[in-house]
Amino acid sequence: MARADLETLREEVARLERGSSPAAAARFTTGSQAMDAALGGGIARGALHEIFAEGIADEPAAAAFAVALALRAPGRRPILWVRQDFVGLEMGEIYAPGLAELGLSPDRLILVRARDGPAVLRAGEEAARCPPLGAVIVEPWGNPKALDLAASRRLSLAAARSGLPLFMVRAGGTPTPSAAATRWSIRAAPSRPQLADAPGHPCFTADLLRDRAGAAGRGWTVEWNRDRLAFTDIQGDRAALSRRLVSVAAGGPGDPPEGRSGQRHAG
Amino acid sequence: MGKDTPADLPSDLPLVIVEKIKGAMRLVALSREAKQAGLAAGLTLADARARIPDLWVEDIDHRADAALLDAIAADCDRATPAVMIDAPDGLLLDITGSEHLFGGERQLRLGLSQRLRRAGLHVRTVIASAPDTARALARFGRIAIVPLGGEGAAVRSLPIAALGLPEKDRIAISRAGLKTIGALIDRPTQLFSARFGEAMTLKLNRLQGLAPAPLTTRRAIPMLWAERRFAEPIGRTEDIEAALTDLVRETCDQLSARREGGRVFEASFFRTDGAVRYIAVETGRPLRDPAAVLRLFREKLESLADPLDPGFGFDQMRLALPATEAFAVIQSGLDGRAIEDDAVADLADRLSTRFGADRVLRFLPEDTHNPDRAARAVPASFNPRTSAVWPAPEAGQPPLRPTQIFTPPHLIEIRLADVPDGPPRRFFWRKREYEVVRAEGPERIAPEWWREDAASATRDYFRIEDLAGRRFWLFRAGAYGGEKAPAWFLQGVFA
Repeated sequence: MARADLETLREEVARLERGSSPAAAARFTTGSQAMDAALGGGIARGALHEIFAEGIADEPAAAAFAVALALRAPGRRPILWVRQDFVGLEMGEIYAPGLAELGLSPDRLILVRARDGPAVLRAGEEAARCPPLGAVIVEPWGNPKALDLAASRRLSLAAARSGLPLFMVRAGGTPTPSAAATRWSIRAAPSRPQLADAPGHPCFTADLLRDRAGAAGRGWTVEWNRDRLAFTDIQGDRAALSRRLVSVAAGGPGDPPEGRSGQRHAG
Repeated sequence: MGKDTPADLPSDLPLVIVEKIKGAMRLVALSREAKQAGLAAGLTLADARARIPDLWVEDIDHRADAALLDAIAADCDRATPAVMIDAPDGLLLDITGSEHLFGGERQLRLGLSQRLRRAGLHVRTVIASAPDTARALARFGRIAIVPLGGEGAAVRSLPIAALGLPEKDRIAISRAGLKTIGALIDRPTQLFSARFGEAMTLKLNRLQGLAPAPLTTRRAIPMLWAERRFAEPIGRTEDIEAALTDLVRETCDQLSARREGGRVFEASFFRTDGAVRYIAVETGRPLRDPAAVLRLFREKLESLADPLDPGFGFDQMRLALPATEAFAVIQSGLDGRAIEDDAVADLADRLSTRFGADRVLRFLPEDTHNPDRAARAVPASFNPRTSAVWPAPEAGQPPLRPTQIFTPPHLIEIRLADVPDGPPRRFFWRKREYEVVRAEGPERIAPEWWREDAASATRDYFRIEDLAGRRFWLFRAGAYGGEKAPAWFLQGVFA
């Protein structure tokens, strides 16, 4: 038996054991020990999680991070992804064979293409009320007017009732007050090269900007292992760079060329 | 059927409608006054003016005529769902089985004619057991209702023109001294087949109701339907919803009795003024649960861009299913998965109803190596049987395909390729420079020569990672050393 298989088994056993305590059942692990420890056992089910792309060019990384977390949710249930049309125009349309290579079999995916922000929220809320789904990903563009504190509370409430994890991928937007359980800032990280310096497995730098259940302001660099459907640590716990926190809060000038282009397009 | 002279128009002059035929303006339709003045269709406009200088002349508008005919056909839907358009000025209604709803053929004919006359139309209606008989009698005959089996006798006195033959054949028959259909019926058919072909014999038989005539209805004839007629037109939302609920229950009962389910439910709302609104909901799998169907209708009615307008009220509503399908009774497995799958399908149906079927999608694999075509997005409500399966990624390999792609790919500018066939060192995309630190390739993908766009160049794909860790899928179209310098494109982005 290969080592990877053994690890998967161990994890599975660990998950089953944890499943016995009600508090743990409300969370699922990410596979990265450092992240799981900091998150108090993993990602909360039945909650809204905001995943910001650090720059607009990081949208693919943020979306893939959300897909990876959705894949960690137990039960191999269908995943519903609501995406605003503009994201596809700007950052590319979802490509099913590529998702298959992340570990998400396209059979499991239902894609809802929404015209605008309100449609994204509406479809997302409807989906979040459907417990037989495995996870819901909603992806508006920028800062839609409709996405205010009340809207995020509604989403959060819908998720809490159904027990579904709801991931909101935010590209070209800036954090506003929300009811999210966690808020992340994601950017692509250099991969560990393969033979002949070929790009390797997807790597992410994930900064936890906020966590209702614990301490935030920490960051990790993790690699997504598609065969085990798990994150692995590349670079352990470190404080998130303050530069990024400031830049995100200030409205995105931290990464000047992208920030500007994003604001131009968001109009 | 002819248009009446609208009363509010400024003129009481004889009205003629003209069309340019073979270089001359000819009359194609006339008002009653024009006919009484001695004009006839086919006359040139110049001749007509010579006879009657004061004419009201209008150009023919085929599109408006067709639209009017369609509107009338929609209104006739209330009598039967099987309405056929007999262009340019006729309608055929298959009233088999619906005449009793109106108190018999006579009543149905009367009611329908009165309704259309009230709308300002000249109509002639005939009921017969064969469509061609009815069609010919309406245009050339005087009989209103042909008794069962009396078709042959009814058409005897009609002129040859009733047969609908090409002009030269009609003239040839007239020259032979045959004036009526009866004269043709009395002669042996071989006589005509030899001269005019089998088509004429067939037409003659159809006219007598001896041969079946193929008919194409304006809307598909539903497999099953239920309808309600209201003595008093209804307009309040609650009333409409109550009636709809009734209809949904009735059709779902019919479905249960047949052990079937429906995937398309179409409601027709007939307004007193003749306008008809069709609203259909679709589901991903056969359905016969009234509550689920009603939920879809509510969703649909709420999200209509152009809301249902009852006007002065609806006097009839119909719920029809164009097709039914075998209904799989849910076997709830031990894990309850079937029920859960059903809930997900329900959700997809609701979202499709609200946002449109083309916005709620699933992906199907395509058996092709062309990356543009490797996945097909289909409406989630569409349940195709497909044999293709998603290829499983090879264990241990990093992703070889991007998660998001641009179609068409973005043209980029590159700098400093190390070797002619190698990846670029830098590239510019959206006015930004990216420095390549890792690359893999080329992966050569040749165009599919059996497709139309086979002329496109062979593509050499590269997986690229830039200094910041962003991963891209680039390709070079064409090769160095060819007639044209190759162009570089960005096709997609990796996680």
